[in-house]
Amino acid sequence: MHFLHQQFGALNGWFNGLSPSGQFALFAAIKAFVVFNVMMGMVAYVVLLERRICAFIQDRIGPNRVGPFGLLQPAADGLKAFFKEEMTPAHVRKILFNLAPPIALIPAVLNLAIIPFGSYLGKQQMVIANLNVGILYTFGFVSLGVYSIVLAGYASNSKFPFLGGIRSSAQMISYEISMGMSVIPIFLFVGSLNLNDVIRAQTGTLNWLPGLPNWYALQSPMTFLAFCIFLVASFAETNRTPFDLAEAEQELAGGYNIEYSSIKFAMFFMGEYANILLVSSMMVTLFFGGWTLPWFGLDQPATDLLHGVLHIGIFLAKLLVFVVGFIWIRWMWPRFRYDQLMDLGWRKFIPVALANILVTAVWLWWRTK
Amino acid sequence: MIVKRKPLNLWERLYMPAIIGGFQITLRHFFKKKVTMQYPEEKWVVPTDYRGAPYLVKDQDGNTKCVSCQLCEFVCPPKAIKITPPGDSGLRPDRPNAEKMPLEFEINMLRCIFCGFCQEVCPEEAIFLQKDYSLTGTSREEMIYNKEKLLELGGTHAGIQKWKQKQVEANEQENFPVKS
Repeated sequence: MHFLHQQFGALNGWFNGLSPSGQFALFAAIKAFVVFNVMMGMVAYVVLLERRICAFIQDRIGPNRVGPFGLLQPAADGLKAFFKEEMTPAHVRKILFNLAPPIALIPAVLNLAIIPFGSYLGKQQMVIANLNVGILYTFGFVSLGVYSIVLAGYASNSKFPFLGGIRSSAQMISYEISMGMSVIPIFLFVGSLNLNDVIRAQTGTLNWLPGLPNWYALQSPMTFLAFCIFLVASFAETNRTPFDLAEAEQELAGGYNIEYSSIKFAMFFMGEYANILLVSSMMVTLFFGGWTLPWFGLDQPATDLLHGVLHIGIFLAKLLVFVVGFIWIRWMWPRFRYDQLMDLGWRKFIPVALANILVTAVWLWWRTK
Repeated sequence: MIVKRKPLNLWERLYMPAIIGGFQITLRHFFKKKVTMQYPEEKWVVPTDYRGAPYLVKDQDGNTKCVSCQLCEFVCPPKAIKITPPGDSGLRPDRPNAEKMPLEFEINMLRCIFCGFCQEVCPEEAIFLQKDYSLTGTSREEMIYNKEKLLELGGTHAGIQKWKQKQVEANEQENFPVKS
């Protein structure tokens, strides 16, 4: 005990000796490490969750053999993916072929840096990078996500991956536009691009219906519409049903990832689920108040450790609701036809999102006048 | 015939019936009783006349019923049965009313097609298709079941006591005239 105390004292002394920028770097590294590991763990368990939920919807039981309730299944899946023989077909373009799987994963991971997943633990703000241009950073990296699928489709040098790549490049670029435009009304309301400011603007309860939280999804018709467009666009961006045309098993035999095996194939999967977690946390932050709850004073930044942990728990709970929603929708709906998808994106969402920006701007101007 | 297609109204174009109907159906199935059987722990109960693996049976006194007539060996379509008769080995049958018993009796379970001809043809009612359906082994040799193993798996067939009845009848012949 005395020894531990001594060691802790030494550590504390060393820490106080660091410069402020050194301390910042240390904490940023710790947060990044923890967030990355928590996210990869969540990715693994979201895959299991998906398999169990889809099994239940289809009157089956699902994977329950590895560990209690199948809880060790992700470990078995991971081991299998790592130790499978890796095949690189002779006809692929090797450099791009090897580049595509990591590109699927990296943008989603980098984007987590700006998500505020809690208020404060001690003196540390629970966000890796509190950027003032938060949302621009997000959209910048989200748009990189399309490259993994396009490159995989192109580099595989065979017809089905190529078709998948073409489909998804058009799809993701189209829906990125409506996704980007759908959130502009939110930032018109907030007056800042910082995600912490967005959360601060959603504290308290509704003006028009006290008792309900003051979240942007409920606050006004404009923000509700923005949420609807963002929700649908995020399904398209993550290539999930009903917009999973890039990997339509029935038509394309799996799409862009057919030529991949072992861990490279698994990386596309991890990328897909990491993207689900990312857009879910974006929706929680932008439209559902992030780590706040309007009751019991939980919408104010935490001053003690208990509330700090509680805020992280609230964020994760909201995140889980969205993740389950994503999974559920996949086993509920058939896929859109390609022309329906394009029609929805270009002829419905983009005009509606543009009109929404205009209406919001006019309303805000009229209100302040 | 031209099928009139009603134009969708706004509610339908917002996919609302699809959302509500989808949730209804998936929720109903989510909470429904599952039909999956946990196979290795929980096994299928086979019907009484199920044709599983053929095993040799013992009679009520625990003796080998097979008399090494080799009819099953001849009738076996995939030639899965191989019987070695006692020949000059001096092996005596272990029960009365039998001239001989097989020195060795092998069934190759990899060849067996579970047709039941052996059971049908056996004059001694010594071989029966029983209820085992999931035979496994780690080598081909392991899947050739010998006499000892077949008898052990087959067990005693207490219900059919063919020679005991014959013995009773023979004894009654001794005490002629039969009292009625």
